[in-house]
Amino acid sequence: MPLLEVKNLTISFGGLRAVDDFHLSIKKGQLYGLIGPNGAGKTTVFNLLTGVYKPDEGIITLDDKDITGLKTIEINKAGIARTFQNIRLFKELSVLDNVKVGLHNHHPYSTFEGIFRLPNYYKVEKEMNERAMELLKVFDLHQEANYLAANLPYGKQRKLEIARALATEPKLLLLDEPAAGMNPNETGELMDTIRFVREKFDMTVLLIEHDMKLVSGICEALTVLNFGRILTQGKTADVLNDPQVITAYLGE
Amino acid sequence: MDKTNSKFKLSKTTKSNLITYLIVIIAYLTVQLLLAGGHMSSLMEGLLVPLCIYVILAVSLNLTVGILGELSLGHAGFMCVGAFSGAFFSKCTQGSMPDMLRFLLALIIGAVVAGVFGILIGIPVLRLKGDYLAIVTLAFGEIIKNLVNVLYIGRDSDGFHFSMKDSISLHLKEDGEVLVNGAQGITGTPHDSSFTIGVLLILLALFIILNLIHSRDGRAIMAIRDNRIAAESVGINITKYKLMAFSISAAIAGVGGVLYAHNLSTLTAQPKNFGYNMSIMILVYVVLGGIGNIRGSIIAAVLLTLLPELLRGLSDYRMLIYAVVLIAMMLLNWSPKAIEWKERFRETYFSGRKTGKSETAQVSQTGKGVK
Amino acid sequence: MSFISYLINGVSLGSVYAIIALGYTMVYGIAKMLNFAHGDVIMVGGFVVFTIVSSLGLPPVLGIVAAVAICTVLGMIIERVAYKPLRNAASPLAVLITAIGVSYLLQNIALLLFGANTKSFTSIVSIPPLKLAEGKLMISGETIVTIISGIIIMVCLTLFVNRTKAGQAMLAVSEDKGAAQLMGINVNGTIALTFAIGSALAAVAGMLLCSSYPSLTPYTGAMPGIKAFVAAVFGGIGSIPGAMIGGILLGIIEILGKAYISSQMADAIVFAVLIIVLLVKPAGILGKNIQEKV
Repeated sequence: MPLLEVKNLTISFGGLRAVDDFHLSIKKGQLYGLIGPNGAGKTTVFNLLTGVYKPDEGIITLDDKDITGLKTIEINKAGIARTFQNIRLFKELSVLDNVKVGLHNHHPYSTFEGIFRLPNYYKVEKEMNERAMELLKVFDLHQEANYLAANLPYGKQRKLEIARALATEPKLLLLDEPAAGMNPNETGELMDTIRFVREKFDMTVLLIEHDMKLVSGICEALTVLNFGRILTQGKTADVLNDPQVITAYLGE
Repeated sequence: MDKTNSKFKLSKTTKSNLITYLIVIIAYLTVQLLLAGGHMSSLMEGLLVPLCIYVILAVSLNLTVGILGELSLGHAGFMCVGAFSGAFFSKCTQGSMPDMLRFLLALIIGAVVAGVFGILIGIPVLRLKGDYLAIVTLAFGEIIKNLVNVLYIGRDSDGFHFSMKDSISLHLKEDGEVLVNGAQGITGTPHDSSFTIGVLLILLALFIILNLIHSRDGRAIMAIRDNRIAAESVGINITKYKLMAFSISAAIAGVGGVLYAHNLSTLTAQPKNFGYNMSIMILVYVVLGGIGNIRGSIIAAVLLTLLPELLRGLSDYRMLIYAVVLIAMMLLNWSPKAIEWKERFRETYFSGRKTGKSETAQVSQTGKGVK
Repeated sequence: MSFISYLINGVSLGSVYAIIALGYTMVYGIAKMLNFAHGDVIMVGGFVVFTIVSSLGLPPVLGIVAAVAICTVLGMIIERVAYKPLRNAASPLAVLITAIGVSYLLQNIALLLFGANTKSFTSIVSIPPLKLAEGKLMISGETIVTIISGIIIMVCLTLFVNRTKAGQAMLAVSEDKGAAQLMGINVNGTIALTFAIGSALAAVAGMLLCSSYPSLTPYTGAMPGIKAFVAAVFGGIGSIPGAMIGGILLGIIEILGKAYISSQMADAIVFAVLIIVLLVKPAGILGKNIQEKV
């Protein structure tokens, strides 16, 4: 049984079919890539999967549960977390607090306990700090825990976004161009981190990426989008050798 | 910052909070000493309770503007709601219970009613963004002020009577009494407010706001401020937390209102005390003290309230000077050129000292962080 | 018949709001700031005319020219000294507070020069009232002049923005400052021009307002300023036709509200309508609703 099953997903913006009859099936533990030229509709697919947009048609099921049309926060609670193409951190919060916001729903205490500093506040905050530091260590960010997120270098900001997403304990992690703006060294490091995350957290990952080294290096299967439609789908090696894909990227 | 364990950070914010409380307490003791020694003019003495009121309002508005990140120009409206509900309660129950208990209840009622107004107004308003939200809060503030001016409530042996027209249409019996008399407002509110109570309420407001900010809910609120879409993506309920910040801010403003009402014998709603001018004045404290900087709000509220009084010798020119100082301070503190110039000055004369900007999370470049 | 008379008064008051709102909306569109001092420029215009016409007894034409000239220069000075240094400030609130400071400053200068007492303003209009329907409907000269000035200003401004190079530059700067600069538009000059036009309009509004409601204090401009801002938001802030529609609607609502519902609650009604409009159309009647891209 696949973890994520998408069927017939369609959305139009003012007559333009941004995503047309999209389907996707991702098995638990898979590292899956979504590629395609600029403007192909990849980020729109992410926005549909996370409830930013409501699809005109189609069904999305996660772990056998229909999540079509749910709100973003409900989808996050159902088990999808994401990062953003243009990094969206809580810039004025510390690195640690960014991750703690991700832990929000899993470590609750009441507003009253928070304001009046009842024992439960200290207990839960301690749990949160420990858990957040654990996550930061995975991404080698623990030494910057008290920095403002805005003051991190670019590559680390991308990592922090992944750490924050993981803090929500998702079943499926969506990464929108995680290697954008990274140099080859950082990209190589990121590949190791993604592999490590999959092993350690038993995570399923769907990522959008333009960096073919990363895609061919870690993705087990790919879907290629072009003009909102699926061009081809399958094992990474097969897809990348498909002449259609080469044409779509390089032109006729 | 060689070892960053969680304990270290917690104690750091706690320390910062303690300093804030300490500043308030020291200021209180200093004033008490001056009073005991007879070194304070009656004019200054009369300013003590208003000072507390402005501090409470500034601190509470900072929760909306600095922590939630929404510009509200209707804060005086919540103060108005608190003032009138608290004063109305006191007027109704005067003599039927001990003064202190009655005042305590009035404070709670003022806070609750203002908080409920915060929720009712927040539900539609918080859907809007930026300047639109600002103008709608201003509109709500003006509506509240306006409605209070046409509100008539009387009481006789039959119970309460309401009217929106005039006191005659209340149709009170001989034994009746007009409690809220339209534009004449409420007269004869007991004089319960004092500097000591004001300072205690400041400490309470600080306790609630600072602890809220440094808790799970506060983080969620600031996350929404910094990036709503990202906050939503990690499962933060935007509406809930926006409303929470807005209504707590309103409730505390309501407490300021109750304090205000019980400091005067006659309570009326005028443009000067509950109009948008008041809201703007409080906003000035918040911005000058540093957006999101709670301690700064306190200091700015005190200094800016005292400034016109200190300039009293200059009589007619004092408000003019106030305006010039305000403009000059804004230009010096916020103009990118002035900031650059100041930094160069610091580097030239204090070279060798690190600015430490990226060293710690507690320092914010844009002034929005929590201090 | 009284309804028609109220309606005409509403259009007249609305024209004044529209003229002020045009200044507000242009400045907002281009500088993305709420110019809280805009209302006080109205008051300055009123006092200039008062000094020249009522105190010195000079002809009204001179007063009008002087008021427009002084306000135009004042607007440009305010922009240059108080707003321009904060254009790239870290928080948009900085310039808002500065505008409030400028507002206090103008009010207090007027207070020093003219005192707090209400001045009775001599109308600059010398047209006799128009009697219609056998004297049952009387329209004052001020009303006629106000409505006609409103129409002329709106037409001229629309033509200016759409047909002239400077007007097009204004639209370009309000759309995208950076791109406009790259296209060789003088951004600073365009912003200064916008403030100049906005302040000139405020001067005109001040004269018209004081002619119809002949009492002048240092605080005269504040409430009409706020209401005109409401009108601008109402119509969709940044939109020139929006400001006109918003202003006129607001004037009509205010006068009809005063006449038929409650004179004490007229302001509350105006603000309540604004809230309702914004809840239905969050960007105002003619405003563009821009969604944040994820």
